Amino acid sequence: MSNTPVLRLRGITKHFGPLAANDDISLTLDAGEMLALLGENGAGKTTLMSILFGHYVADRGTVEVQGRPLPPGSPRAALAAGVGMVHQHFTLAGNMTVLENIMLGTEPLWGFRRNSARALAKLGSLMERFRLHVNPHAMVRGLSVGERQRVEILKVLYRDARILILDEPTAVLTPQESDHLFATLRELVSQGLSVIFITHKLREVMAASDRCVVLRHGRVVLETATHATSAEDLAKAMVGAHIPQATRTPHEPGEEVLFLDHVRASAPDRGPDLDELTLSVRSHEILGIAGVSGNGQALLADLLSGIVAPTGGHVVLRGQTVTRLTPAAMIRAGVGRVPDDRTGTGLVADMTVMENLSTEIYRLPGFSKRGMLNFKALASRAAQLMDVFDIRCAGLGAPVRKLSGGNMQKLILARVLSQGPHLILANQPTWGLDVGATAAVHQHLLDASRRGAGVVLISEDLDELFQLSDRIQVMYQGRLSSPEDTATVDRARLGLMMSGQSFDTRGAA
Amino acid sequence: MDILSLVFETGFWLATVRMATPLIFGTMGELICERAGVLNLGIEGIMAAGCMSGWTWVYLGGTLWGGVLFAACVGAALGLLHAVFTVHLGLSQHVTGLGITMLGASLSSFAFRMILPQVTTPPKIVPFAPLDIPVLSTLPFIGPVLFSQTALTLTAFILVAVTAYVLLRTPLGLALRMVGENPLAAEAQGLSVLGLRTGAVMAGSALMAVGGAFLTLAAFDAFYIGMVNGRGWICIALVVFSSWKPGKALLGTLLFAAFDAIQMRVQQQSVSAIPYQFYLMLPYICSILALITMSRKAAYPKALLVPFRKGER
Repeated sequence: MSNTPVLRLRGITKHFGPLAANDDISLTLDAGEMLALLGENGAGKTTLMSILFGHYVADRGTVEVQGRPLPPGSPRAALAAGVGMVHQHFTLAGNMTVLENIMLGTEPLWGFRRNSARALAKLGSLMERFRLHVNPHAMVRGLSVGERQRVEILKVLYRDARILILDEPTAVLTPQESDHLFATLRELVSQGLSVIFITHKLREVMAASDRCVVLRHGRVVLETATHATSAEDLAKAMVGAHIPQATRTPHEPGEEVLFLDHVRASAPDRGPDLDELTLSVRSHEILGIAGVSGNGQALLADLLSGIVAPTGGHVVLRGQTVTRLTPAAMIRAGVGRVPDDRTGTGLVADMTVMENLSTEIYRLPGFSKRGMLNFKALASRAAQLMDVFDIRCAGLGAPVRKLSGGNMQKLILARVLSQGPHLILANQPTWGLDVGATAAVHQHLLDASRRGAGVVLISEDLDELFQLSDRIQVMYQGRLSSPEDTATVDRARLGLMMSGQSFDTRGAA
Repeated sequence: MDILSLVFETGFWLATVRMATPLIFGTMGELICERAGVLNLGIEGIMAAGCMSGWTWVYLGGTLWGGVLFAACVGAALGLLHAVFTVHLGLSQHVTGLGITMLGASLSSFAFRMILPQVTTPPKIVPFAPLDIPVLSTLPFIGPVLFSQTALTLTAFILVAVTAYVLLRTPLGLALRMVGENPLAAEAQGLSVLGLRTGAVMAGSALMAVGGAFLTLAAFDAFYIGMVNGRGWICIALVVFSSWKPGKALLGTLLFAAFDAIQMRVQQQSVSAIPYQFYLMLPYICSILALITMSRKAAYPKALLVPFRKGER
C-alpha cells in the first residue's frame, strides 16, 4: 500500500435547508482497499458520495484524488480523475442496449460515427479480466437486477476508474447475487482498485470490508479496521448509545375489535381470492399474519382499508357489522392503516410533510371551518407530530418523496397513531427499513397495543412476527390457518405451512 | 370517382409528396425535441413564424435560400425561449409550448400587418421552382414524384436519412437519446443534460420553422394569416404514430398527405349531397384510426416531460 491515499475528503459539509446532511466529514481511501460506509437511512452516506462524484456541490470542504483537488459539481471531472459511481437506482436507459449504455459519453460528441467495434473489444477484455459477463447487444430492460448491476460496474470500469463507489449495492439483490457481487469486488481490489460501498447491512461489512466508517446525523462517529471491531459495536455506533430492542409485554386482551366471519373477496391483480377468511382481533392484542407475499395479503389489507368490498361473509368492527366498506368509513370507524406501498397508497409523494400529516384530519373541527383550512392549526399539529415521532426532514414544507423510507414510515405511523385507532392494520411495516427505524416502528406498534388498540400485523419476516405478535395465523393461497399462540407455536411447522404443507384451516376462530 | 385508379396516377403521388414536405420538417423537428425529453407544443406557432419570416426575407429582396435560413434562425430563437423555460427553469412543457404557439402565431400576424398595413390581397413572391435534375428527373414515376419537386422537398427526404443516422449511429445521437431516456445516467457519464436538451430543442425548432417556410416559399407564393392550419398539431400526432422513429415518421407523413390528397380529389369530383366538410375531415379520422392501431405499444422516451434539476434528489 502506498503512502499517499488515492482519495482524501476534507471537511465536507452540506446542508439541505436547515438539515445538515454532512457535517465536517473527512476520510481517506488507500489503493487496493475496500471501505464500507455505514449508517442509518438519512445519516448522509449517499449525500457524501454524491458530492464526491459531483452530483452535488458541497457547502464547504475539498475532495482530492491522487493528491490533486477535484473541481466540485462535475461528474465529468470525477470520471476523468478515475472515480466511478454505481448508483443505488441504476442510471441505465431500458430502451437501449448494454453497449450503448456503456459507450455513452466516452466518445467526442461531434464524431461522425460511433466506433462500436473498438468498444466491443475493450468491453470483451474487461469482461474476461474481471469475470463479469453480460450480452453487450441485449436491451437493458430485459436484464435481471443482478445483470443490470454488472452493466453498471462495467460502465465504470470502461471509463478506467480506479475508485469505485457503490451505493447500497445489495439492496435489490438476492443473497446469491450479493455473494457474486462481493466476489467481483474482491477481484477488483486484488487488482489494485479501491472500493467504497455504502450499506447498513452489518453482515456484509464484516464479511467483505477492510475498514469501515460509520456516519450518524451527518458526522463520522467511528472509523476502524474491520477486524478490530464487531457487528455489535458497529450497530451501536450507527444507532447511538444502544439499540432499543422492542419487547412484548403480554396484556390481558380486552373486547373484540375486529371479527371477520367467513369473508370472501376478489380483485384483479391482487393475488388469490380470499376464501372464507375467519379471524378475530381483540383490544391489546397483536395478531400476526405470516406467509409468503402474494398469497392474498394484499387483498386482505385492501379489505381492511375499505378499498375492496367483500363478496361474502361479514366484517364486524367493535360489535357492529359493517355494511358499507369504504376507506372513509373505515377511518371513521377507527381503523388505522399502515400500507406496504408507502408512496403508492400510503403517502402522496409530491405533497409536503404537513399536507400528508393532515390527510385524515383536515375535515375535523378545529382544522377547517366553513370549508376553509386552518393552516395554523394543521402546521402546529404537524410540527408536534414530527417532534414526537422523530421524523427527520428539511421541514414541514419538504415534499415527502425526499424523505428516507424510515422517515416516511414514521410519518405514516404518526398520522395513524395520533388518531388513537381501535384497530391498526400494519402491512409489511418494516420492509426496507434500517435497524433503528425498524426498532422504532416495532416500539410504536407495541405502544399502540398497550394503549388498547388491536393490531393486524402482516409480515413475511418470522422473526418480526415472533417478536411482536400474541397469536399467529398463516396465509396461504387466500386461506388462513387456525390461530396459534406465539409462545407455544412450533416455528418449523409454521415454515412448512407457509409453503402450503400440512396447512390446516379447520377450527379457525 | 375511383380511388383505386388514383393510386396509379403520377399526379396524385406528386401532390402527396408535396403536401407531406412541411409535415416531414415539422415531424423531424418535434421528434428530435421529444427524443431529448422535451415536448414542444410551440410547433404550430414556430411554423407560423417560419412562414412569415421566410416570406418576409424574400419579399424584402433576399434570396430564397436566405429566407429558409432566416426562418430557421427565427425558429431556433423561439426554441431557445422554449428551452429556457422548460429545460433551465423546469416549467411545464405543456403550458410553455402553448404559450410559444400563441406568441409565434400572433407575432407573425402582427409583423405582417406592420410591414404591409394597407394591402388587402397579400403580395406574391417568386417561389422555389421545380427541380430539373439531369437523368434523375426523367426517370419514370420516381422522376416526377421525387426529383421534379422543389429543392426543399428533396431536402426534407435527405433530412429524414440524416436524422436517423445522427440519432442511431453517432455519439451525439446516443447522448440525445439518453438525455430523453434517463438524464441522470447521462449526467453520471459526464454529459451536460441542460446543454444537450437546449441544443435539441433549438435544432428541432429550426426544422419546424423551415417546414413553415416551405409553405410560403414553395407550396404557395404568399403569406396568409393562419396558413399553418393545424399542421403542427398533426406533426405531434405523427411523432407518436412513428413511435419516435424517423423512418416510420416519414411513412406517417406520406400516409397523412395521401389521405389529404385523396380528400381533395374526391371533393373536386364529388357532385353528391355529402357536404365537403366531410371530406376535409377524412384525413384526420384516418390519422386517429392509424394512431390507435399503430401506437398502442409505443416505447416513448422515458424522461419525456420530466424536467431535470441538477443536485436534486
